[in-house]
Amino acid sequence: MAFASFSEFLAMGGHAPYVWSAWGVTALLLVATVWHARVEQRQLLNGIKRRARRANSLRGNAQ
Amino acid sequence: MDAPSVPLLEHQGGLMIAVKATLVRDLTLLLRRRGEVLNPLVFFALVITLFPIAISPDPELLATIAPGLLWVAALLAALLSLDSLFRSDYDDGSLEQLLLAPQPLAALSVAKVAVHWLLAGLPLALMAPLLGIMLALPAGSYAVLALSLALGTASLSLIGAIGAALTVGLARGGVLLSLLVLPLYIPVLIFGAGAVQAAILGDGVSAHLAILGALLAASLMLAPWAIAASLRISING
Amino acid sequence: MWAFIHKLGSPKWFYGISAKLQPWFWAAAVLLLVTGSLWGLAFAPADYQQGNSFRIIYVHVPAAFLAQSIFISMAVSGLVFMVWKIKVADMAAAVMAPLGAAMTFVALFSGAVWGVPTWGTWWMWDARLTSMLILLFLYLGVIALRGAFTSRDSASRAASVLAMVGVINIPIIKYSVDWWYTLHQPASFTLTSRPTMPTEMWLPLVIMVLGFYSFFIALTLMRTRSEILRRESSKRWVQELVNGQVVNAQAEETR
Repeated sequence: MAFASFSEFLAMGGHAPYVWSAWGVTALLLVATVWHARVEQRQLLNGIKRRARRANSLRGNAQ
Repeated sequence: MDAPSVPLLEHQGGLMIAVKATLVRDLTLLLRRRGEVLNPLVFFALVITLFPIAISPDPELLATIAPGLLWVAALLAALLSLDSLFRSDYDDGSLEQLLLAPQPLAALSVAKVAVHWLLAGLPLALMAPLLGIMLALPAGSYAVLALSLALGTASLSLIGAIGAALTVGLARGGVLLSLLVLPLYIPVLIFGAGAVQAAILGDGVSAHLAILGALLAASLMLAPWAIAASLRISING
Repeated sequence: MWAFIHKLGSPKWFYGISAKLQPWFWAAAVLLLVTGSLWGLAFAPADYQQGNSFRIIYVHVPAAFLAQSIFISMAVSGLVFMVWKIKVADMAAAVMAPLGAAMTFVALFSGAVWGVPTWGTWWMWDARLTSMLILLFLYLGVIALRGAFTSRDSASRAASVLAMVGVINIPIIKYSVDWWYTLHQPASFTLTSRPTMPTEMWLPLVIMVLGFYSFFIALTLMRTRSEILRRESSKRWVQELVNGQVVNAQAEETR
């Protein structure tokens, strides 16, 4: 452990704004890409399902 | 098709003729539209005029930044004329004829790029010393400036032609072209401006010129294939 | 061999196999990134010269590595697509480009932030930062070119050619920028060229680099699957795959 206490860990020996902003932006970007990929996947699957359901119901009405 | 050796011979004999024909045709066409040849030169002079006005007329200051300014302005002027490299041929359909020709497209596109360099790169290189005087470029670096520009713009034309070929089918390819091509120009810019800088400082310039020559050789070897592939994509797409 | 390549090229096969592989890479990514972050942030010793600002290395260097590797894998995918006409390769290349640009941005941002305590300025024309900036422009060019075409096939082939041209140029750009930098800034302090780094400092760095690579592979698999769904949504196997789910869902609702 390089720090004696948690507040010292947060202070980063006076370099807190630099260390935490660099790490924060990186973490934010990684999380955002995963979130975007999940939303994209869900939207695509839902779109295909919706189209299939509509096709099914059309077929059902025709019968 | 029953005698494969005859078309092959015709093929090889036809290559030089086709390259020469492309050279002559493009030269004639460009020389008829004199504005297109002169515009980059006027642009070059204009941009160089802007810098003393924007920064300072102080000759000492101008002399320190002159190599970089001249090189960047020449590079932008060469870039300006790139968009028209394949544009008119694309519009009137003669580019398609070029694609259909039995001769390898890479060789024919080198001929087109050579004409572009002759009428865009070389005049810029010859004009640069004149503008160098206006920027108080120190004596002893004028020949190196012209030589480095002549060598460098040849690479720039070859690399730029890849971008021009990729964007020729797009309606508004102009800005995109510069976005694609400018990052690839950076090595040429570094060694070109470096050569002039070295000449001013009295260092040897042969290393810089040799690297510029090596860059030219590398782009002469690789770029034609990329240009040909890009032209095929733009035409068939 | 050919059968294998064709199998690999089939979007359906890739969709199946990537579903099996994906969880492993996600798990590895989370495990490595959490371990590396804790170690790098809290346990690695502070640098004797830079103090705790040195901990930025644990995001800067992996992002810079990944930014370069993604461009290379994008060009390789482009080559595979051009030579063997394997569509999955192009789909992977298409989803790699934005992630590569994001990683280049992370490397630039963390480098700029690191510059404040180290050089006392947000931006320095340091060799590494300059070549990263050029790499960002190359990424933006590939993304813009792909977006400019209306026909998907032309867009794919044009982006592949540009990625290959770019990847040939990257080493040339890198060396010329290094040369330019040493010429103009002779004895200045570069961020990460440290000859000796103690084990407890570089081990978390290795873990972070591996974590970033696992993340890249997992995300590329996931987004390539989405890209397959987007481009093949009218294909029979996609319809069957999703239709089966729809039928099940309706059965659930009626029960």
